[in-house]
Amino acid sequence: MSATDSPATSPAPGRRGPTAEVFFSLLRSGTFLTGLGIVLFWIACALFGEHFVPYDPLADDIINALASPSAEHWFGTDQIGRDVFSRVIVGSRDILTVAPLATLLATVAGTALGLFTGYFRGIVDDVISRILEAFMAIPVVIVALLAIVALGTSKTTVIVVIGLSFAPIIARTVRSAVLAERELDYVAAAQLRHESALHTMFVEILPNVIPPILVETTVRLGYAIFAVATLSFMGFGIQPPSPDWGLSISSNYGMIGGGFWWTVLFDALAIASLVIGVNLAADGVHGAFND
Amino acid sequence: MTEKAANALELSDLSVAYRVGGRNRAVLRNLNLTIGQGEAYGLVGESGCGKSTVALSVVRYLPRNGSITGGAISLDGQDVMKLDGEALRRARAESVSMVYQDPGKALNPSLRIGRQLTEIFELGGISGQAASERAIAMLNRVRISDPASVMQRYPHQLSGGMQQRVAIAMALANDPTMLILDEPTTGLDATVEAEVLDLIALLRQELSASILFISHNLAVVSKMCDRVGVLYAGMLVEEGSTQDVFNDPRHPYTVALLRCLPRGGQRKDQGRLDTIPGFLPGIGADIKGCAFADRCALATDRCRTELPPLYNLGGRLSRCHYHEQAQALPRATPSDVAAAAKAKSEPVLHVEGLNKTYTSHGHALRAVKDVSVSLRPGETLGLVGESGSGKTTFARLLLGLVPPDEGGSIGLEGKALAPRLDSRTDDQIKAMQIVFQNPDSALNRSHSIRHLISRALKRLAGLRGAALQARLDELVRSVRLTDRHLAVKPRQLSGGLKQRVAIARAFAGEPRIVVCDEPTSALDVSVQAAILNLLADLQSKEDVSYIFISHDLGVVRYLSDQIAVLYLGRIMELGPSEAVFSGPHHPYTEALLSAVPKLDQTETSRIRLGGEIPSATHPPPGCVFQTRCPRKIGAICETHEPPLIEAQPGHSIRCHLPYAELARLQKPAMQAEPA
Repeated sequence: MSATDSPATSPAPGRRGPTAEVFFSLLRSGTFLTGLGIVLFWIACALFGEHFVPYDPLADDIINALASPSAEHWFGTDQIGRDVFSRVIVGSRDILTVAPLATLLATVAGTALGLFTGYFRGIVDDVISRILEAFMAIPVVIVALLAIVALGTSKTTVIVVIGLSFAPIIARTVRSAVLAERELDYVAAAQLRHESALHTMFVEILPNVIPPILVETTVRLGYAIFAVATLSFMGFGIQPPSPDWGLSISSNYGMIGGGFWWTVLFDALAIASLVIGVNLAADGVHGAFND
Repeated sequence: MTEKAANALELSDLSVAYRVGGRNRAVLRNLNLTIGQGEAYGLVGESGCGKSTVALSVVRYLPRNGSITGGAISLDGQDVMKLDGEALRRARAESVSMVYQDPGKALNPSLRIGRQLTEIFELGGISGQAASERAIAMLNRVRISDPASVMQRYPHQLSGGMQQRVAIAMALANDPTMLILDEPTTGLDATVEAEVLDLIALLRQELSASILFISHNLAVVSKMCDRVGVLYAGMLVEEGSTQDVFNDPRHPYTVALLRCLPRGGQRKDQGRLDTIPGFLPGIGADIKGCAFADRCALATDRCRTELPPLYNLGGRLSRCHYHEQAQALPRATPSDVAAAAKAKSEPVLHVEGLNKTYTSHGHALRAVKDVSVSLRPGETLGLVGESGSGKTTFARLLLGLVPPDEGGSIGLEGKALAPRLDSRTDDQIKAMQIVFQNPDSALNRSHSIRHLISRALKRLAGLRGAALQARLDELVRSVRLTDRHLAVKPRQLSGGLKQRVAIARAFAGEPRIVVCDEPTSALDVSVQAAILNLLADLQSKEDVSYIFISHDLGVVRYLSDQIAVLYLGRIMELGPSEAVFSGPHHPYTEALLSAVPKLDQTETSRIRLGGEIPSATHPPPGCVFQTRCPRKIGAICETHEPPLIEAQPGHSIRCHLPYAELARLQKPAMQAEPA
């Protein structure tokens, strides 16, 4: 045997790995950084807002009810005199715990379903996929209504309802990525080592479908925030006396007709800014993986 | 064009750089090259040496990060660098045409062929009926029978060979003065390649176009071109007439490249192939002295410090200080091989009557029909045939990745194997492994090399802890990788190194049989030689048997003891490698052999297969090969399928022609064929 045909030197493995490349590409993306900035602002408000807001967000002050925006009350006061500015600042607390947890649940459940359907194909895929499609056809609100009747209103109910409603959408994305991976020879190589289906799915295939999962998760987070706000607005979600945005709009929107627009506008803008922030970040993540 | 310039193409001191990571990295370095009117010039070299960059520079089609940093390009006397947008567009439309490697990508998938062809004439101001008449004339010119119906089809309805003909027709539509062919036959079957090359040779006689022919395949270039330039690290290292360069090379790189090819029927027991140590310098590498010095056994201190000029050796050029000694280049790999006398033993694999039928749109597709082979320990069975002949399906049936039809049997060391992978025992699974064609698909890109190999050792060899570590070290060394390679992910390795990892993984469980599915088809010749040597070494050391699939007959011949020739899922010929190659052989084998361009001789016997491989859903009646057979004898071929008859001990042929008659018919060809 000869030693001389050995590759004495190889191309230097000095280049950045794929993970680092995505990370640096995110840091260069203006879209992502803007979105991230908005989201971080609201997270900071949720964590530390109560220490610097001018008023207690829950304290009523009937004498000053429905005061218009002024130097004292920047965003005015609501029907029982609570300071709207203070409420908007700390109002992100509930939505920023409920929406990410719901998205996490959706991602975990959706990824598992997507891996199973994409890996086993055939009859397993047909049956599960049809059930998921049927599930996707039912509006979230109706699912929520049924769940609340059955489980009662609580944050957990909201998380479960939104998580399970979004899981089929994530499952569909994961399934199509897995179907493509399934055709690659490394899956056949795993079968030729007698690997279990679980190992092949979670150790061999899963790491390669992480990029589409991350993109889908950030996109879903935007929708989840919207869904939480909607459910709270309808009274199925976060319950009083939380200063939650959706809830505040719900209890004040009757006032718009009387010209007290400030009781609703700032909460609405807050929801919009958070959703836009998450969507900008999602756009950035998508771009970073698809450069 | 009123008056023809002396040269069709002149590159003087051309330098091109690609901007990567904020730095300009040189790809072409002061390249000088001249192609005369009507001349065919071949540019050869390994991947990454800058061949395609030359082609793109000529029409100023470099990618956005590429720029011409110096020198001049003159196309038929016109300075390409000075052309403005409109003039450049006219030059591209009228005087120079390109044909690329993948015709599927060059044609618009959503437009009919006719639309795409007439468009070219319409751009030139010819419209309607006249344009489509010209288009039909073009298709006739590239020997497409029934051009009117081809005009109505979409690209995906044509075979690869037909698509490439259409691409050539489009390139010739405006009667260009310069035709650039960038790997035009890479990826086509040998039989189709032969047809396309014949067509190009024929068109050369009809047209006045000069040709720049770019290929990594030395034999193809030697067949097609008058002059050849050898490119290395963006520099011309040797140039001269095709005869001179290939028969009497004067640069060590050319010498080494030619030695990497298995030639003249060389076999594994006659010695190892030579290889080229080391790697091509990366793009933008800082090169002092000769670019090849690091890999050259003849290099001296002078080579490392002083860049050799292109020495003029009377009508030919060589960029080597010691060009007169080039052919004395010592071998990088000793040829000697410990030929172990093989004891005739019981077959390790015995396959009897294996069938596989797929259902496609309600039709039965016989992918593999009644295949029986057996394989002894330490031997190689080569599988050859055009794409679609069932080679890969057969391999997947053996491995249990695809279940075969009822009836056939696979026996491993005397014991019957379950048809499905799930029902085979761990021992049976580890006994049969595979090296896939494409390592990018076969190696999980998320895992490190260490993980890939140790997982195989854990599962297949059942090793843990220190024992696993020890075996890992041994295995890594036996495929000639080093510890440094273990920490990285597959994408950080070159193609040849990735294939070594795949080989190490297949050998983890000390297999009895390894299926090699075109393991070197994506590799450069020097890397291919190293991989073939490795496979041959491992075989003689471990006494493992191979089932070796390849479209490259030279490669198959080097490694194989037995050859099975497949056509439409049937074995047409089966026998010892030497008997199959030297003949008399089945007419299909004869056609396959004559399609391969050879470096060693100027003209080979010219048997060409017309038409395409018939659809497996509707195989022809009688002998499946009768529609294309050059030796068809008559009605019997159309009505009765010939049996596979053992004409000589161990050598079977499926043909109505008797063995003696085949021998008589093929005699002239066999004399031309060096044994």
